[in-house]
Amino acid sequence: MTAASTAQAVEAVFRIESARIIAAVTRIVRDVGIAEEIAQDALVAALEQWPEAGVPDRPGAWLMTTARNRAVDLVRREETYARKLAEVGRALEDAPPPEPADPDDIDDDLLRLIFTACHPVLATEGRVALTLRLVGGLTTQEIARAFLTSEPTVAQRIVRAKRALAKAGVPYEVPYGADREARLASVLEVIYLVFNEGYSATAGDDLLRPALCEDALRLARLLTALVPGEPEAHGLCALLEFQASRTATRTGPDGEPVLLADQNRTRWNRMLIRRGVEALRRAGTGPYSLQAAIAGCHATAVRYEDTDWAAIAALYGSLARLAPSPVVELNRAVAISMAEGPEAALPLVDALVAEGALRSYHLLPSVRGDLLERLGRPVEARAEFERAASLTRNARERDLLLTRAAALAGLTP
Amino acid sequence: MPRFMTLIRIDERNLPPETFPPDFEQRVGALLEEMTKAGVMLDTAGLRPTAEGTRITWSGGRSSFTDGPFTETKEVVGGYALLQCKDKAEAVEWTRRFLETHPESWHVGAEVRQVDGG
Repeated sequence: MTAASTAQAVEAVFRIESARIIAAVTRIVRDVGIAEEIAQDALVAALEQWPEAGVPDRPGAWLMTTARNRAVDLVRREETYARKLAEVGRALEDAPPPEPADPDDIDDDLLRLIFTACHPVLATEGRVALTLRLVGGLTTQEIARAFLTSEPTVAQRIVRAKRALAKAGVPYEVPYGADREARLASVLEVIYLVFNEGYSATAGDDLLRPALCEDALRLARLLTALVPGEPEAHGLCALLEFQASRTATRTGPDGEPVLLADQNRTRWNRMLIRRGVEALRRAGTGPYSLQAAIAGCHATAVRYEDTDWAAIAALYGSLARLAPSPVVELNRAVAISMAEGPEAALPLVDALVAEGALRSYHLLPSVRGDLLERLGRPVEARAEFERAASLTRNARERDLLLTRAAALAGLTP
Repeated sequence: MPRFMTLIRIDERNLPPETFPPDFEQRVGALLEEMTKAGVMLDTAGLRPTAEGTRITWSGGRSSFTDGPFTETKEVVGGYALLQCKDKAEAVEWTRRFLETHPESWHVGAEVRQVDGG
């Protein structure tokens, strides 16, 4: 191996192991910030030693042992540690925990790390950055590029998040009992936010943004493996698998958005759809599971005409009862218009207009325009498309809406 | 995060004994579980011997069929794993770990190839 390829190998090993190392070391030093520094030290040691001495037989174990030893040394150096403790304001057990022998213990460590990084005491952006950094193994630079922000901003978020955890004295544990559901919801939300950031990225020049979808999927898959008994974790995983299966067809050759009805379904990724269906079997009846079931109806329809709109409308009905929102209601109206016809859906959309909650949401006039066009009311439909065009911030969508409006111009007397 | 197809290559004329060492299955099982838990393993399977396979060739406007075994080929694909990794170095590292679960006396190869557009 050349030095360069050894360095690459070291970094690959580190990426694979870093979350577990940080998780195990945090158990010893009780602070994710210090644990991350120690993990980085172990990486530096490997980069220095392996090119000379060769890559060890069990490189992951080498890194883990090196990091653990450093952590134990740190704890033993009372003086230094007392100072560190003063910084983090925490008391410590006398002896470091034993090396986990059982893989389940390692899983448990990793879960603690995930629950800690996604702790509700943190601001949302702090949770996202910390999770991607500690669990996803992304560099600060990668996170900054993916979120279209500067590296110092992300670094600052991570520092603040680590401080907030230390200050709040968040215990390093997997929550059980009453607050587990809320804590798990916080983890699921972080993964969902990461996915959406990548999914809605229309600035497609930078592949790091769409790559966030993959990072989120990996986190979701990891989570379902760690908490197999949590239906909503499977629901989120299924939702993301289905969404990701359509990535290749969501935009046309010039980056313009392609509507679901017009997407080339033969190019949807069958493997991801199959994984989505499998995850859906283990999902439940929570909001992510319901959204996954809806996405599954679309993903498993071979042709657009085969879509089971009645099932989708019913699922949106359940979702509206569980987590009511104007956007869910709008989607329910669309599904009803497809299942029963535009006249059944128009009153629902008109009620939303009267409510005023989606006043600046371009999809509301866009959907209303579509219903009016199908009901043979082109003058009103055209006005709605033009209103929608004035509301959207996406140039491609604006073109699409203005094209639809212009097409109706010929039909107006 | 690209996908990689790892093709496991074996020499069918030189197969290891039918009986696996007692801890082999357990070692492979533990690694596959670890890869699944890391969110890396998308799909993996071993393939039936080439004796049960058929090769189909489209050439000169005609299809021709050859039933296995394919004894003229030194190494044939004996299994595959579809991995989702950050880069090729990570895929290579996981593949190395997979090969190293096998007994020292065995000869097993693997070819790591990135999935195009995936």
